Amino acid sequence: MIASAFAFYALAATAVVSAFGVISARNPVHSVLFLILTFFTAAGLFVLMGAEFLAMLLVVVYVGAVAVLFLFVVMMLDVDFAELKSGFLNYLPLGALVALAMFAELGLISNAAMQAAQGRPATPLAAESGVTNAEAIGRVLYTDYIVVFQLAGMVLFVAMVGAIVLTLRERPGVRRQDVAAQVGRRRAQGVELKDVKPGQGLGAEG
Amino acid sequence: MQIGLEHYLFVAAALFTIGVFGIFVNRKNVIVILMSIELVLLSVNINLVAFSAFLNNLEGQIFAMMVLTVAAAEAAVGLAILVTYFRNRGGIAVEDINLMKG
Repeated sequence: MIASAFAFYALAATAVVSAFGVISARNPVHSVLFLILTFFTAAGLFVLMGAEFLAMLLVVVYVGAVAVLFLFVVMMLDVDFAELKSGFLNYLPLGALVALAMFAELGLISNAAMQAAQGRPATPLAAESGVTNAEAIGRVLYTDYIVVFQLAGMVLFVAMVGAIVLTLRERPGVRRQDVAAQVGRRRAQGVELKDVKPGQGLGAEG
Repeated sequence: MQIGLEHYLFVAAALFTIGVFGIFVNRKNVIVILMSIELVLLSVNINLVAFSAFLNNLEGQIFAMMVLTVAAAEAAVGLAILVTYFRNRGGIAVEDINLMKG
């Protein structure tokens, strides 16, 4: 018990500190790296709660795909990030005020959750014996929630098409292969027969 | 030293607050705003998984998977918009986004 409590506090502290690093780092590449650390520690928290499948999903989807996407965009865009950081202090008081109020409210709610904890188990419940977390999720996801699952696929599909449509561009100077034009070419478009008179050649016609 | 539901809710609340705070203070930098939104969605996921684990109800984890899907799609489309905007304007300052004002 003491080990899991220690792991929880270590992971929670790392998550909060690195999340703060995300918003305060001067270099956006550092921000992305802090974001990766935050997601990694959140995956550790998921493992502590007994949601191993979601933890691995978080690592694969976020650290593997989304964070790399962020990193690509940050490195691809040639932006003066120091200039973007200049207004940092303008909104600090208002932002801090809103954040503190919100945190106080959320703390009250979690306090209320603690008050209402009577009759509930104090630790994460272990899954049924012999059924892993992934298997249990699969049993629910592919039966009761199959429509939601397919809608999620639809969302990803639309997002993929949207991203491609947004970033695709026609460059004026680039010559591409046009297969239809090549296949649809007739003999008359490529060959011209000239009736050459003997002794005159083509000199007159060019 | 019992780690209960409220401990996880507390961590999620801290992450959510930091995410909102990040949106406030990084008004000019769209990339950091997108990352802050990811932080907010992560804190929602932590809440969902915590309730799912402590109430022994797997539906919370299904919900968290859907939030994960939407977050990934949002990041992809948001970054695509950002790249297009950078091509058109040569910068990503949020304050200059007034093309549709008329």
